[in-house]
Amino acid sequence: MSKEKEQSLKQEETDVQNMDNMDIVKKMSRKASRRNYITYGIVIAFYAIVQILKATGHLSAHFNGLLVPLTYYAIVAVALNLVVGILGDLSLGHAGFMCIGAFSASLFSVVMKQTDMPSGLRFFIALLIGTVVAAIFGFLIGIPVLRLNGDYLAIVTLAFGEIIKNILAAIYLGYDETGLHISFKSFTLQGEGKMLINGAMGIQGSPTDSSFTIGIVLLLLALIIVQNLVNSRTGRAVMAIRDNRIAAQSIGINVTGYKMLAFTVSAAIAGTAGVLFSHNMSTLTATSGYFGYNVSIMILVYVVLGGIGNIRGSVIAAAILYVLPEMLRGLNNYRMLIYSIVLIVIMLVNWAPKALEVREKIKAAITGKLKKEAD
Amino acid sequence: MALLEVNNLSISFGGLRAVDNFSVSIEKGCLYGLIGPNGAGKTTVFNLLTGVYKPNEGHIRLEGTDITGHAPAEINRDGIARTFQNIRLFKDMSVLDNVKVGLHNKYRYSTLTGVFRLPKYFQVEKEMNEEAMSLLKVFDLDSEADFLASNLPYGKQRKLEIARAMATAPKLLLLDEPAAGMNPNETEELMNTIHFVRDHFDMTILLIEHDMKLVSGICEELTVLNFGQILCQGKTKEVLSNPEVIKAYIGD
Repeated sequence: MSKEKEQSLKQEETDVQNMDNMDIVKKMSRKASRRNYITYGIVIAFYAIVQILKATGHLSAHFNGLLVPLTYYAIVAVALNLVVGILGDLSLGHAGFMCIGAFSASLFSVVMKQTDMPSGLRFFIALLIGTVVAAIFGFLIGIPVLRLNGDYLAIVTLAFGEIIKNILAAIYLGYDETGLHISFKSFTLQGEGKMLINGAMGIQGSPTDSSFTIGIVLLLLALIIVQNLVNSRTGRAVMAIRDNRIAAQSIGINVTGYKMLAFTVSAAIAGTAGVLFSHNMSTLTATSGYFGYNVSIMILVYVVLGGIGNIRGSVIAAAILYVLPEMLRGLNNYRMLIYSIVLIVIMLVNWAPKALEVREKIKAAITGKLKKEAD
Repeated sequence: MALLEVNNLSISFGGLRAVDNFSVSIEKGCLYGLIGPNGAGKTTVFNLLTGVYKPNEGHIRLEGTDITGHAPAEINRDGIARTFQNIRLFKDMSVLDNVKVGLHNKYRYSTLTGVFRLPKYFQVEKEMNEEAMSLLKVFDLDSEADFLASNLPYGKQRKLEIARAMATAPKLLLLDEPAAGMNPNETEELMNTIHFVRDHFDMTILLIEHDMKLVSGICEELTVLNFGQILCQGKTKEVLSNPEVIKAYIGD
């Protein structure tokens, strides 16, 4: 070891000893809030770059169409990470909560489209409705589901997700002169009226109020809510349950209550993403391609590859892994091959010990340079 | 009146009477030991006291209030905290956060206050940080506050578990084999820590231990369990010289 290095190490050691102990605490909380702000910064920077590209006409129509989906998948990935990474329970039913948010909000929007309610206010209320209804369902489903653990919980959430999707694909709802009708069988309307949910045809004619800007705002909101929750008394209790349920009980933490809370918040945020989804196109159908278990698993892939418990990672992984297969469409047959290779590479970069070592070195080099410049 | 009063506690698992007619009375400020050969039912007694199991018969009274049958989280709020035979820390959380979770019921603010970072959040968090740090200082863990709990050396993990239990401000502290897996030096240090906790917090402590040096060194009174039943009860010296106890431990 060189003399210089030795000296700087010694200096660091004495620094640590001299440091008042409350300084460690302050340093920890500063570090945590810096981490949060970097996440917000990345999202805002991405938004700015896209806007600049848009203004200068460098954005293809195809990519432009991917922007809103990108935001709602990022939002639902953040929501799922709250359950999988922070609460430590594997849920495979989040597409179901998206579905509930999408349908309840679209129903409201379709009905309100006939009145002269301003579209901004209508969309705002639709967002609230989708979020609240998904939260209610999250709570109700959470009651039986959260009594289970591990694989059993995963299977039951998967089942609930499918049940929701299939019920919404089979329901008929319409009104006519004789009143409101709801049925699992197709029926004809008497006189003047309208089908609101038309079975497998879903909801037609919902207004397309979603935009990239609203998506980014909602993503930031979801990030603020989840990250602030994690760094609070509530978040600590939830993580304590994840790390050791029995120990959490032994220090007086209401395990069921906090599990329900985390699951409900997560379902609510997934519902918000669903509202964005349903207001991005004029026809909403509860098909497997939109809300099936494959979608739930895709979201789980975003969470796992972004790093379980790493909220920022979920957003980045969702963005990359959603856009990539779409951009590779030109390659036809090789598309899924390249996609799976990318998945493996991301997994290695995130988890392999050697890769972590290299990442640490790069990080140290960068911070070292910054420090030198500051001196 | 004794702090903890246990009367005729019994529990059966199938045909096995794991704990049979267990009674004990522990005065405030006492350092009490529960010993016995492997499988004697010591940890089962702890699990009964902390609500993990519900007794078939008998009563547990803490400061005169009947807490029999309460759920584990309730029992902690009633005033009993514990550590575990196999360490159960929140291993992916920092040392500081482990203690702050222990302060969960003492310092409160609502979830919404936390999410929206209202002024109360910063004020209560500051108080929590101060109390957690002073508690860590007592256990000489303050300079490791930002470590992940799983990165602490074994002896310090044991200490952190005690610190976390103490954060819940209990009236009675239960230690389940605190010296398990420790070398003589670490055991020595642990004995000092336990003594210190008793004196500094005026705490009543009930501990399970196999290490006879530790038991004879710090426990004032003992209960010996064998096959779920009380073999002997009394002052440490008298109990340890009782021929029945020696027989149970060493054999004929």
